[in-house]
Amino acid sequence: MSQTLQVDVWRGGADGHYQTFEVPHREHQTVLDVVTYIQRELDPSLSYRYACRVGMCGSCAMSVNGKARWTCRTHVKRVVEHGRLRLAPLDNLPRIKDLATDMAPFFDKIGQARGTFVPTRTRHDPFAAIAPDSPARASIDEAIECIGCGVCYASCDTVAWNPDYLGPAALNRAWTLMQDSRDAAHAERLLAVAGDAGCHACHTHMSCTERCPKQLSPTASIAGLKRLALGAALKGEL
Amino acid sequence: MTPRTAARLWALQRLSAAYLAIAVLVHLATIIYAIHGGLSSAEILGRTQGNLAWLLFYASFVVAVALHMPIGLRNVLSEHLGWRGRSLDLAMLAVALVVLGLGAQAVLGVFL
Amino acid sequence: MSGLQKWRARGHVAYLAFVVHRVSGVLLALFIPLHLWTLGKALNRPQALDSFLVWSDQPLVKFAETGLVLMLALHLGCGLRLLMLELLAWRQWQQTLAALAAAGGVAAALLFALRLA
Repeated sequence: MSQTLQVDVWRGGADGHYQTFEVPHREHQTVLDVVTYIQRELDPSLSYRYACRVGMCGSCAMSVNGKARWTCRTHVKRVVEHGRLRLAPLDNLPRIKDLATDMAPFFDKIGQARGTFVPTRTRHDPFAAIAPDSPARASIDEAIECIGCGVCYASCDTVAWNPDYLGPAALNRAWTLMQDSRDAAHAERLLAVAGDAGCHACHTHMSCTERCPKQLSPTASIAGLKRLALGAALKGEL
Repeated sequence: MTPRTAARLWALQRLSAAYLAIAVLVHLATIIYAIHGGLSSAEILGRTQGNLAWLLFYASFVVAVALHMPIGLRNVLSEHLGWRGRSLDLAMLAVALVVLGLGAQAVLGVFL
Repeated sequence: MSGLQKWRARGHVAYLAFVVHRVSGVLLALFIPLHLWTLGKALNRPQALDSFLVWSDQPLVKFAETGLVLMLALHLGCGLRLLMLELLAWRQWQQTLAALAAAGGVAAALLFALRLA
């Protein structure tokens, strides 16, 4: 283990450059530890985001040596190359400053994909009974743990090639709601997620599945939406 | 393009793909059999002229290609060249018609 | 991001399968109209077809033809893989599918190449 890390950090917004810092290399150091060290010890003007530090909040994602990762749970020793780290803001999102991107397009698209639960019952009705081992509940379980970190969105070339594309996270969210028997907006949601900007734009690169820190498979969810859309189109309901 | 049309095109491309998967295997097997011992026009035309099964197979093959290719090409052109909208859809319709025309000429040419 | 890192971030099997599928698809889209046009022109006149067949007997042309059969077989293999991933419920076996797609494609092309020899 070399004693210092050479860390190239993106500085500026859309126009910017890499600035290199020397950071002491420590055992069990995470990439977020490195960024925090730079901000506290070397350059307090460095902008970046984090909150929980334990892989729950989804705010600390960045591009590390070319791959989007959650930095709080990424150990330096697993990603460092020849003593070097190259840190950049997430791809496919507007850059605000340094390592902070504008996440608004990402979250807006979850809204466009009708990512909000629409209840069929009120608080005065009894609880809905969902069998934990039912197929729909099982497929929700496989996709529900998304923390909204944007790693999948930044890793997806279809997003880069087709800026209207809703992206893996939004479609994965829509898929969980399409499997939810308590939800009242299935028809509208399917309309929102089908088409050239929706599930049909996905080419199964599986970069999202490859990178998701929660080990979800948005690709599988999107394939599910394609099958739902096919069924609806055959029945004339789309 | 409406979500319904996109979903139908997607389904059409998968359906044609499934058919093409079988047709391509038959086509490849035919090629490998046909080129065994060299090719001549008399040999080819002797097999194809007036052969109705052959006509139906290759006619359906051409139709499947004419469906499958423009839908795929549409993705390529919009994603890599940024060509989108109605002009692209019309151009792809034209591609489908050109493939159909050339295919009809080729298939009928060896059947008749 | 350096160029190398950009490529490495796309080095997983599914992405490579996509690239093969797309490149072979574009090449086929360029070749198929030409193929149909040549057939339509030549097949109506046996002499023209025979001279075309003589022309296509050259090593370089044969090499190109083998390449096209390889493209066709690879596009078929990657396409079957995609059909299974999209239409069947799947989780773990996508890498096996990609390997089968590649193996099937190369096998078909080899078969074609050896028969030509």
